[in-house]
Amino acid sequence: MLILTCPYCGVAAEETELAPGGEAHLTRFGPGSDDAEFESYLFYRENPKGVHFERWRHANGCGKWFHAARCTNTLEVFGTYPAQTTEPPAALREAISAKRPGWSWRSFSEET
Amino acid sequence: MSIRLSTGGRFLNRARPVRFSFNGQRLPGFLGDTLASALLANDQMMVGRSFKYHRARGVVASGSEEPNALVNLGSGNRHEPNQRATTTALFDGLEATSQNHWPSLEFDIGVVNNALMRFLPAGFYYKMFIHPRSFWKHIYEPFIRQSAGLGKAPAPEDQDPDTYEHFYSFVDVLVVGGGVAGLQAALSAAQSGVKVMVIEQSAHWGGRAPVDGGTIDGMDPDAWVEKTLNTLKSMPNVTVHTRLMGAGVYDHGYALAYERLSDHDPDKGGVRHRLWRIRAARIIAATGALERPLSFAGNDLPGVMLASAVRDYVVNYATAPGQSTVVVTNNDDAYRTAIVLKNAGLDVPAIIDARPEGGGALMEEARGLGIRIETGRGIARVRGLRRVVSVQLCEQDGDGAVLEDIPCDAVAMSGGWSPVVHLWSHCGGKLNWNEAGAFFAPDPDRAPTDQTGAPFVYCAGNANGAMDLKTVLQDAVEQSQNVIGSLGCESGDASVPSVAQTQEAPLLPVWLMPAQAPKALRSKAWLDYQNDVKVSDVQLAAQEGFESVEHTKRYTTLGMATDQGKLSNINGLATLSKALGEDIPAVGTTTFRPPYTPISMGAIAGEARGALFQPVRKTPLHDWHEAHGAVWEPVGQWRRPYCFRRDGESTQDAVNREITATRASLGLLDASTLGKIVVKGPDAGRFLDMMYTNMMSTLPVGKCRYGLMCSENGFLSDDGVVARIDDQTWLCHTTTGGADRIHAHMEEWLQTEWWEWKVWTANLTEQYAQIAVVGPQARTVLETLGGLDVSKEALPFMHWVDGTLGGLPVRVYRISFSGELSYEIATPASHGRALWDRLLEAGAAFDATPYGTEALHVMRAEKGFIMIGDETDGTVIPQDLGLHWAISKKKDDFLGKRAQQRTHMTDPDRWKLVGLETLDGSVLPDGAYAVAEGRNANGQRNTEGRVTSTYHSPTLGRGIAMGLVHRGPDRMGEVIRFARDDGETMIEARIVNPVFFDPDGEKQNV
Ligand SMILES: [Zn+2]
Repeated sequence: MLILTCPYCGVAAEETELAPGGEAHLTRFGPGSDDAEFESYLFYRENPKGVHFERWRHANGCGKWFHAARCTNTLEVFGTYPAQTTEPPAALREAISAKRPGWSWRSFSEET
Repeated sequence: MSIRLSTGGRFLNRARPVRFSFNGQRLPGFLGDTLASALLANDQMMVGRSFKYHRARGVVASGSEEPNALVNLGSGNRHEPNQRATTTALFDGLEATSQNHWPSLEFDIGVVNNALMRFLPAGFYYKMFIHPRSFWKHIYEPFIRQSAGLGKAPAPEDQDPDTYEHFYSFVDVLVVGGGVAGLQAALSAAQSGVKVMVIEQSAHWGGRAPVDGGTIDGMDPDAWVEKTLNTLKSMPNVTVHTRLMGAGVYDHGYALAYERLSDHDPDKGGVRHRLWRIRAARIIAATGALERPLSFAGNDLPGVMLASAVRDYVVNYATAPGQSTVVVTNNDDAYRTAIVLKNAGLDVPAIIDARPEGGGALMEEARGLGIRIETGRGIARVRGLRRVVSVQLCEQDGDGAVLEDIPCDAVAMSGGWSPVVHLWSHCGGKLNWNEAGAFFAPDPDRAPTDQTGAPFVYCAGNANGAMDLKTVLQDAVEQSQNVIGSLGCESGDASVPSVAQTQEAPLLPVWLMPAQAPKALRSKAWLDYQNDVKVSDVQLAAQEGFESVEHTKRYTTLGMATDQGKLSNINGLATLSKALGEDIPAVGTTTFRPPYTPISMGAIAGEARGALFQPVRKTPLHDWHEAHGAVWEPVGQWRRPYCFRRDGESTQDAVNREITATRASLGLLDASTLGKIVVKGPDAGRFLDMMYTNMMSTLPVGKCRYGLMCSENGFLSDDGVVARIDDQTWLCHTTTGGADRIHAHMEEWLQTEWWEWKVWTANLTEQYAQIAVVGPQARTVLETLGGLDVSKEALPFMHWVDGTLGGLPVRVYRISFSGELSYEIATPASHGRALWDRLLEAGAAFDATPYGTEALHVMRAEKGFIMIGDETDGTVIPQDLGLHWAISKKKDDFLGKRAQQRTHMTDPDRWKLVGLETLDGSVLPDGAYAVAEGRNANGQRNTEGRVTSTYHSPTLGRGIAMGLVHRGPDRMGEVIRFARDDGETMIEARIVNPVFFDPDGEKQNV
């Protein structure tokens, strides 16, 4: 059972307080998108062994959505941050680079 | 025969004799006995039959690793199967019966399986029962059901009368195991001031050390244990617990532990089992080691036991499993058993040591006691039927040619020791093969890690591969210091107690005895006693291509019984690796999974049973319903009246009466459970245009609109009426039970996609009572209450108004889910009951009839209105339901719009909503499928539709139904056939318009 710290209320929340929300930083494709774009938005997800970015909601707490960066292999949590962003904060990406040199996830990596 | 010794027994309270029963026979024992020690003391060597071959089985071990001595405990509603006799504390009046036999333990019909053993090889079930298919139902399944399974489940109607609970605990260091390693580790850690919790699964502290000997700081281990325990108990930062088993270790330092509070003393009362849910920054697993059996023919006969268990029974319980015990070993430790037996005045005809050179100092000590020692030798087979008669001596490095028959009545075997690495492995800790000790031990470089990436499980003592007393205590201190250091604390006293012990000679790995045993012997050499897996089964699996250890496990069922292979794991792996010609570490281990030993279902449930299983949500009118014959229906967590039954009335009668009265005059419905979500803000209209398929931003203040919500993959998710309250405020009704889900859905999109939009949401569902006033007299009764103009002109259909009715503050929505003239009246929850009472009073003149959810459903079906969860199932889009009119064509975007343009969604061949009328007027079975011509690739009949809602309509006096039918709306008037539950007979139904009643809406538009 994971512990993730909610970046809004600061509570180190037990997993039972949280609701999972799947992969973070998806780009929504609506009407006007082609089949390939829509298919990738709706159905295709990362399945990494290592660094991953995912969405959580502090459902039995403050109710806010946030993102967590963690290692799916070791369960190490690199950090959490508010969901109102399209990319992980630079400081967090640097922290991940220090711990997992050469990491990459979708368009994000140690270099970007 | 096994006997009780006249003196000794560390755990026995000879002043407290007790009586218990086994298979109805009354037997004596002492307080402090386990059921296993008491059975042995009464010469009950055979305690059960094995699972597959129904072979006679006796006690093998002395702890929770016991594979054979599983019994039924208790009777009636306290009956429990599969309880381990070795961990069952004896008490006066204990009732136990043996398992897996019929009609009796001594004469068992199932033993025929034993004679058929060569026809029941590894993978038997897979090979045998595949073909022909038709044999499954009538031949294979009844056979398997009769002969398979461990013990008998309690009768389903028996309610467990005991109570259970969960405890929560937060500590810096959790120490699992109360042996000398655990106590020393706890002491070292506690001296730094951190919060320490020590848990021990048995009732006794000290583990094996007091039985195995040596001295610690000049004291007997017993004395050292008592002193150390007293020190721990005196420290304010330490708690210690017995009868509390570390069951599992999970992510980020979460651990489960299982406490048995009153199993040893059922008259004590109170909570029986407790599940501890522990968060620990660090876990020290000082869980010891388990002795391994040796694989020789007949190693499963009652009387063949682990050498350490024999020693435990003599020292701790003054019980000798035999009067003449042959010891067979590949290591020095088993000599301790021979010495203990000899010193207790019992006969040890021989120690058979597989090592050509034999052992060290302990061997000399045994020899000095006059015990015969045979080195480089093994056991070819154990003779006997239901108990040991003799062992046949052979060369270990031979094929089992018998050198001598040695009479004896018990065999103490030792194949070496395996660290208990379960807790380490539960959360991903990896293992290394230790060549010298022939065991897997934790690899400290690949420990389970916590949220910071730091190791959080540390093994200490035997569990960490430190196998003698001195290194155990050194390791305990060292690991404890590592833990304290990792927590950033100052370490306290790091001194290690001084130890005096006998040096041991190295072990020789022995995986088969004798080494060249022919098949006749290998097929009687057991690896897994509980699941009846032999050396020959694992070899056959390897021969048949099951090279992965995980596949072999499943194919042979090795290690899959309730003991999870505690004794068989390493022996099985070694046998497999030998058969594959690979090294043991290359073959690897199977996965250890929690719990360490089985825990009760009651403990898992804890307090969550009966009324506390789930919270029940009650409307403000709940008490009135309860007092007026409500037949309750759970809807999500809500309880809603299905109908109100009067004296002598059936449920169906009540439903029909409620519908008829409502359509004729006046019905009242408690609609308080409808979700009510306020959406407010400058961007609220824009937001709702995205959430709903309809246009909500253009809804004028004072008006209502029926809306549909879809998921992003286009499927219909919820529906309800939306009211525009003011310029920036909308009130969205959701389905009962949908409020929390839809509120969360709105918040998700607001917070994660359109976070710059200025919109706020609040779920006000429980703030309001809501009552639907329905029927031709609805307006009259509101006029009787007075305070509001509810005329056709002042409050037209799909409008709402605020005001008072009979002096109570209300908001009245003129909406209808029944096709009748209808008002839904919301009032603050605290006024709900008063409004309900006024309406009943004023409505009395019009036969005001409260109605329940079934009448609601029938009336909506008569009007062809869909119901979320009936007409929808997560695969249905609004277009399937003929709801095109509620899907805006003007909007560029809404959730689900893009998905509804996918080719599969626009395919004209989709199943679509129609009405269905049976030709004979009967009611179609719920969920019935319409049968089409031909069969599919699996030989099943093709289908062309299914029933989604089906009722008897008292209004029309016939069955009515809705269903999704292939190209349904294009096939009006056509007759199709639906299969009854028997799958054979058919009901014919005509495809019709789903609006069965008042299609022009004359009744509601008045
Ligand atoms: Zn929070």
